Amino acid sequence: MSDTRAKVAPAIVGESAERRLNMIDAINDALDIMLDRDPDVIVMGEDVGYFGGVFRATAGLQEKHGKTRVFDTPISECGIIGVAVGMGAYGLRPVPEIQFADYIYPGLDQLVSEAARLRYRSAGEFIAPMTVRSPFGGGIFGGQTHSQSPEAMFTHVAGLKTVIPATPYDAKGLLIAAIEDNDPVIFFEPKRIYNGPFTGYYDKPVEPWKKHQDSVVPEGYYRIPLGKARHVTQGDALTVLAYGTMVHVAQAVCENKGIKADILDLRTLVPLDIEAIEASVEKTGRCLIVHEATRTSGFGAELSALVTERCFYHLEAPVERVTGFDTPYPHSLEWAYFPGPVRIGEAIDKIMSE
Amino acid sequence: MAGDSIVAAGGSNKPALALHVPEPKYRPGDTADFSHIDIGEAGSLPRPDEASAPADMADFAYSLVRVLGDDDQAHGAWDPKLTPETMRTMLFNMALVRAFDERMFRGQRQGKTSFYMKCTGEEATSVAAGMALASDDMVFPSYRQQGILIARGYPLVDMINQIYSNKADKLKGRQLPIMYSARDYNFFSISGNLATQLPQAVGWSMASAIKGDTRIAATWVGEGSTAEGDFHSACTFATVYNAPVILNVVNNQWAISSFSGFAGAERTTFAARALGYGMAGLRVDGNDALAVFAAQQWAANRARSNAGPTLIEYFTYRAEGHSTSDDPSGYRSAHEQNEWPLGDPITRLKDHLIAIGEWDEGRQTAMDEDCAARVKAATKEAEKNGILGHGLHHPFRTMFEDVFEELPWHLKEQAEQATREREIKWPDAHPKDGAGK
Repeated sequence: MSDTRAKVAPAIVGESAERRLNMIDAINDALDIMLDRDPDVIVMGEDVGYFGGVFRATAGLQEKHGKTRVFDTPISECGIIGVAVGMGAYGLRPVPEIQFADYIYPGLDQLVSEAARLRYRSAGEFIAPMTVRSPFGGGIFGGQTHSQSPEAMFTHVAGLKTVIPATPYDAKGLLIAAIEDNDPVIFFEPKRIYNGPFTGYYDKPVEPWKKHQDSVVPEGYYRIPLGKARHVTQGDALTVLAYGTMVHVAQAVCENKGIKADILDLRTLVPLDIEAIEASVEKTGRCLIVHEATRTSGFGAELSALVTERCFYHLEAPVERVTGFDTPYPHSLEWAYFPGPVRIGEAIDKIMSE
Repeated sequence: MAGDSIVAAGGSNKPALALHVPEPKYRPGDTADFSHIDIGEAGSLPRPDEASAPADMADFAYSLVRVLGDDDQAHGAWDPKLTPETMRTMLFNMALVRAFDERMFRGQRQGKTSFYMKCTGEEATSVAAGMALASDDMVFPSYRQQGILIARGYPLVDMINQIYSNKADKLKGRQLPIMYSARDYNFFSISGNLATQLPQAVGWSMASAIKGDTRIAATWVGEGSTAEGDFHSACTFATVYNAPVILNVVNNQWAISSFSGFAGAERTTFAARALGYGMAGLRVDGNDALAVFAAQQWAANRARSNAGPTLIEYFTYRAEGHSTSDDPSGYRSAHEQNEWPLGDPITRLKDHLIAIGEWDEGRQTAMDEDCAARVKAATKEAEKNGILGHGLHHPFRTMFEDVFEELPWHLKEQAEQATREREIKWPDAHPKDGAGK
């Protein structure tokens, strides 16, 4: 029988001869390194074993690390998260994959009532040091069941950390930090930018990651601490708070409009880098918040409240939120739903006119 | 109305559909009669090989493993042949659980705590099962397995400190009474959310297998909670990975006011749930401590030899209310307990020990007095650490600890708020009372 498994894509060598990876391969690299470094790390999920995952994030890992370290699971998110809690209690450091964030809800009770509260309710006797990886967000014609951004639900839960990378370099460093973290981490991967930094102009060809500076991913172990935002661009005109795909969309809009924005990629929603947010808004006096998720009770509401509470006397204009609409993610109308350049541009014009 | 006539107007001769809503046989005031329950004969069932294929032992999911007969003797292949000393220990553990339950129930009524749950009539399902496991096997209990902690020798005073949420409560006053956690005794933190412990137990046992360890896991759930998705996830994972785990279903007939029919008992047994998964299933007299021990031991040997998981249904009866917040006289016949065909687990083991000349009524009375005295002494000791609502037992900052391993900025800010509020709400509280920052 021929081996149909896809091998990990060889590193793309960019002009600088530095190793350049897309986000999938950066995640694969992080998992590979942690499986090597820590015998207690295990990777499991639907289709993650022999096949290597529907997005190829675990390609080659079972072959390299063995079937009891990297394996397929039944289609049962409740079971996947539930057994991960038990494995954590034993002393393992499980990295379960939920194939799409849209499918995480059957596992919600095990995350919200169990993993999130285990350290607290047992006064530290038991912990749930798991990292739940899951592709999230839309823009791939995924319809209502492969496009959602449910991060706000998890930020609302005491005891969960929520991490969202926006570049290959960050994806690797943040995933390593998340796996090493002793608290349960929801690690949402923006699947629209797995293969390139999508800028929101859906009718233009997507640039591959290899042309982006943050696709330079060093070999070996490194970590990016959770709770530290990244300065994407420095500027005085306004602050933009974004994460995941929307970092790139907001950046492109600002560049096209010639606006010198202070763009913060939050990277971690809980714990949040409040110091970086305050410093930026105090400098610019204007704040735009961008996320793809639905608007009402979205994480933007929390950000807006925090900025208003803590930076009110520095503000020159009301805080603006640009978000997805409060509808299910529509299939054929996804670019009408998506908070793209038009919606962001309008909000920037409004903030700057004050 | 046009809508009403749509079916009838068609002239269809199809019968009208009817919804079946289960109803227990007896309600308050009724005389209970359980003669319809076939309990079989003690000692009548063979004991299959512990490595048997589940399909080859399917009958065990529908019959009842029993050892102690009406003649108070142990019968048949399932007799675990325990020494009199071990049986006396088992009897003592069950009596201590019952004495503990009595006193804690009374303590709740006296206002010493907010909540309590007894396991009266079900003591064997935790004590005897717990004793059949090794002390380093991991247990994932529901909220009615205090018998495991007591069988493992966990200090009563620590249980009471938790029940009182006092300053010596190892869980820092965070958990509802009886939701113990005892890592040193291989006793997992009790959730209170139903059936969540089942996939967790399976996961723990998978981890043990991944590591090539020798320890197994066992978990307990009520028959009502087998309706949760977690139960089915656990059964699926347990069989898919041949996990070294025992899933114990305590069928005590009642889930608060809902009888077992609302979990499917009108159609089949709970042990029979195992068969669809290809798992070994045993249905056991839960009020027969020797049968409970034997079944748990069988399943433990099976798990330990990589022969697979087992689902055990313990057929028993919840002799008292669901909790201190429940009054069963409002929904079931008070006669049920006395008419229960499988008797009381403590009485049955006592009568057996007497029948084989290893016990007598005098020693039983002395043991009961000893149990009551131990519980009383532990209660007095625990009360030195305070009772619920008397004093501020834990520094306010502890409310914010253990949400995460490290305190993030937003919890630091909220902890400062709580400490400021303390000055206003309880200005006289002194730090030495535990109310310090």
